Amino acid sequence: MMRWLRHCAVLGCLAGLVAAAAGTAVAGTAAAGGAPGAQPAPVSPGAGQPAAERPVADEPVADERLQQLLAQLPQASYADKRALIRQFIALHDPRVRAILGAMLEENLYERSADQRVVIGAADGDNLRLTDALTGAALGTAAPDALGRIGINNQLRKALRVGMAQFDLSSPDAAVRLAAVREMLRAVDEDSIAVLRERLAHESNAAVKRAIGEGLALADLDSSDARTRLAAVETLAGSLNTDVYNRLSAMLERSADGGYAEPDARVRAAAQASIRSINRWRNLYSAIQTLMFGLSQGSVLVLAAIGLAITFGVMGVINMAHGELMMLGAYTTYVVQLLMPQHIGASIVIAIPAAFLVSGLAGVAIERGIVRHLYGRPLETLLATFGLSLVLQQAVRDLFSANNRPVQSPPWLSGELQINEALSLTYNRLYTIVFTFMLFLLLLAVLKRTRLGLEVRAVSQNRAMAKAMGVRTEWVDALTFGLGSGIAGVAGVALSQLTNVGPNLGQSYIVDSFMVVVFGGVGNLWGTELGGNALGIVNKLLEPYSGAVLAKIFVLVFLILFIQRRPRGMFPQKGRAADG
Amino acid sequence: MGATPRREAGGLRAALHADRGGRIFLALLAAVAVLAPLLNLLVPASSALHLSSYTVTLLGKYMTYAMLAIAVDLIWGYCGILSLGHGAFFALGGYAMGMYLMRQIGTRGVYGDPVLPDFMVFLNWKELPWFWHGFDVFAFAALMVVLAPGLLALVFGFLAFRSRVSGVYLSIITQALTYALMLAFFRNDMGFGGNNGFTDFKDLLGFSLQAPGTRMTLFLGTALALGGSYLLCRYVVSSRAGRVIQAVRDAESRARFIGYRVESYKLWVFVFSAVLAGIAGALYVPQIGIINPSEFSPANSIEIVIWVAIGGRGTLYGAVVGALLVNYAKTYFTAALPSMWLYALGALFVLVPLLLPQGVVGALGQLRRRADARRPAAA
Repeated sequence: MMRWLRHCAVLGCLAGLVAAAAGTAVAGTAAAGGAPGAQPAPVSPGAGQPAAERPVADEPVADERLQQLLAQLPQASYADKRALIRQFIALHDPRVRAILGAMLEENLYERSADQRVVIGAADGDNLRLTDALTGAALGTAAPDALGRIGINNQLRKALRVGMAQFDLSSPDAAVRLAAVREMLRAVDEDSIAVLRERLAHESNAAVKRAIGEGLALADLDSSDARTRLAAVETLAGSLNTDVYNRLSAMLERSADGGYAEPDARVRAAAQASIRSINRWRNLYSAIQTLMFGLSQGSVLVLAAIGLAITFGVMGVINMAHGELMMLGAYTTYVVQLLMPQHIGASIVIAIPAAFLVSGLAGVAIERGIVRHLYGRPLETLLATFGLSLVLQQAVRDLFSANNRPVQSPPWLSGELQINEALSLTYNRLYTIVFTFMLFLLLLAVLKRTRLGLEVRAVSQNRAMAKAMGVRTEWVDALTFGLGSGIAGVAGVALSQLTNVGPNLGQSYIVDSFMVVVFGGVGNLWGTELGGNALGIVNKLLEPYSGAVLAKIFVLVFLILFIQRRPRGMFPQKGRAADG
Repeated sequence: MGATPRREAGGLRAALHADRGGRIFLALLAAVAVLAPLLNLLVPASSALHLSSYTVTLLGKYMTYAMLAIAVDLIWGYCGILSLGHGAFFALGGYAMGMYLMRQIGTRGVYGDPVLPDFMVFLNWKELPWFWHGFDVFAFAALMVVLAPGLLALVFGFLAFRSRVSGVYLSIITQALTYALMLAFFRNDMGFGGNNGFTDFKDLLGFSLQAPGTRMTLFLGTALALGGSYLLCRYVVSSRAGRVIQAVRDAESRARFIGYRVESYKLWVFVFSAVLAGIAGALYVPQIGIINPSEFSPANSIEIVIWVAIGGRGTLYGAVVGALLVNYAKTYFTAALPSMWLYALGALFVLVPLLLPQGVVGALGQLRRRADARRPAAA
């Protein structure tokens, strides 16, 4: 039951994410597994023990003991050091964490002069020293006056686990989660005891789950079949790869025909758990494919949405559309050159800048070329194609034939880990969100503003609109400018997703026309849905056929689709359709 | 209908009689076909009149382009079908010929495999894919030069015209067609040499492709094919069916309501044009010596359309003029001012539809008519 609720919570968050199209914050909480547990726990391992039992940090006995252990450290062999680390941890003294940390980073030294154990931090050629025990500053010393306390890989592991035990009582749920994961990498009696202890007091669901999973994994090795059975059942909802591998291993047959797991009931339970895990994994991978498809579809929509205005609403075949996107991408590059210190802000500034650059270019194209060719679509096609060649060559001469480096702000890189089976990169998420916002904005402009009203009037009946006092020439120029400006904005987004070079636009031109035609000419919703549908279909095909073949299939599908429905998914009806 | 005189009774001869530009073109073509071998093979290389083999190859290439342009003009100029994917048919014809030439290499390849072309050995393939069988026989390859583009055009056209996809929509899906084919041919798994396509051809029908005699024969064959396809197209457009096709261009619905099966006319003229383009491609490959998937690129196909637009569509010989003009300019610019070529080509695309809607040939005709009008008294 809990399992279901958990998955449903994740799914719910995802649905919210897509629907609200603005929900990284929502998903962020999902990732952390609900509100971080309010746990002002004292900084001490085994937090939650009754106060009376807990050793007090500044107890003189412990202090002395700590000093003793520390003094033994420099001379100890690796095996001795391991024992010493265990004893350190057993002291439950908060100062120990710093010592272990320094040791792990190989910053722990013995000063040759007085055999004092110190922590050294690089300071030029010398090391700045602090006392390992008291933290008192001890000035600087040359490296040859110190003896490093060496460690090996085994010790490193022990140190990490040791530090994790301290982190287990951190007030930050994320730190606790990381600590649990760290401890589970090397499970032994001690750490199991500590984890069990922690489980009883833990309030954060994600940490609780991680501990439960780890303990159950450890229980799989138990000699008691009933314990194993319980463990297998606990693990049924886990998406962890380790869990899956362990459960599968239980069902394997050895050479003599016997199963790795002797008990039939446990085997049956493991089988059921694996089935359940597979179900959930399939579901999440379907969601992942869906999100990948949506993001690829969003790129298509980005490329097509400006065209949905110039081609869809005005009926102008603008083959230079891709180059208007290219102009937007190069605008981003130039803005970044102007403000190299503020990459994050440059993207935000590039959006209106690209809108202006491409929009003005669009108005110029309309006034200079397209206006003379209304009613001759095939000639328009040729003229704008020529223009695209000129623009490409101009960019080649102005910048270079090579791709230009456009940087991504830090908030666009990285990925959102929702659970072990599902993670999404931020730039994909932002693309989906950005495209949807752009779409809504454009929809609002067309349906809610005076310009939009005039645009629709002119596209439906030019003569009538003119008779009603609409300045059709002006509307034409502005509409074309709007579509071109939107292409420029799409270029800003594309600069974050692909290479910015002279051929950027060319590679999208076939796709973007297909999306507009597929969605239905003159229908913005059609473009949005059509683009996303094509993206998803593409991603669904990719695992079976490879990326290139998937693309070919989609193109062939589109060619066939247009045969069936020459006017797209959502054809215009009535008089507007006669254009 | 009975009152109008039947012009097609005179057939091709009457059509040519009315086609002054065509007669000039055919005369020039015949002159080139006679002079080029003489100047190339008989005049010594030291003479100023000597025509280099490079120029002959270049002329041969232009002639295959001219053939392609005629094919496009036939459907665009006369039937109103703007195909932005005709490069695909040209390339398919070229690939069919390329497959034959690859099989002729035999053991002379880098890896010396008697059956497998080099790129298959390189990809570690063990046997010839099924669709490569038969290409060692010239007759089969020649059949494929016609069938591959023809069948594709038949299927594509059947679907498109039946569902009445026309105008801009048709242009866009033809573009998608060639784009999809380009992506497909770029794949190594397709068995067409992937990125590199076919090259390093050795001989054709047993004659070395490097020999001047072979090159000249190819050149003459191309000239013959160009002249033949011109006459064939002229015959088609001046026939009764040709006039139905022009009626479809001018008023499709009206032609349909009168009772013509518009789809069939469009389909056959489209297939015919695709086959011509395929033959042009097949002639192009042995002369140029390479074929690769970039021939499928949408930009290439659009360039073909611009040849026709610049020459003047709906005249057939205008297409030839356009193909020669643009390609000569391309050869000149890419050698002299490489970065200027795209500006020049782009400017042509932009200015020709704006300033010369009838193309060069149309503009010349207008000038002549104006001159004629100035001396009506003399006539």
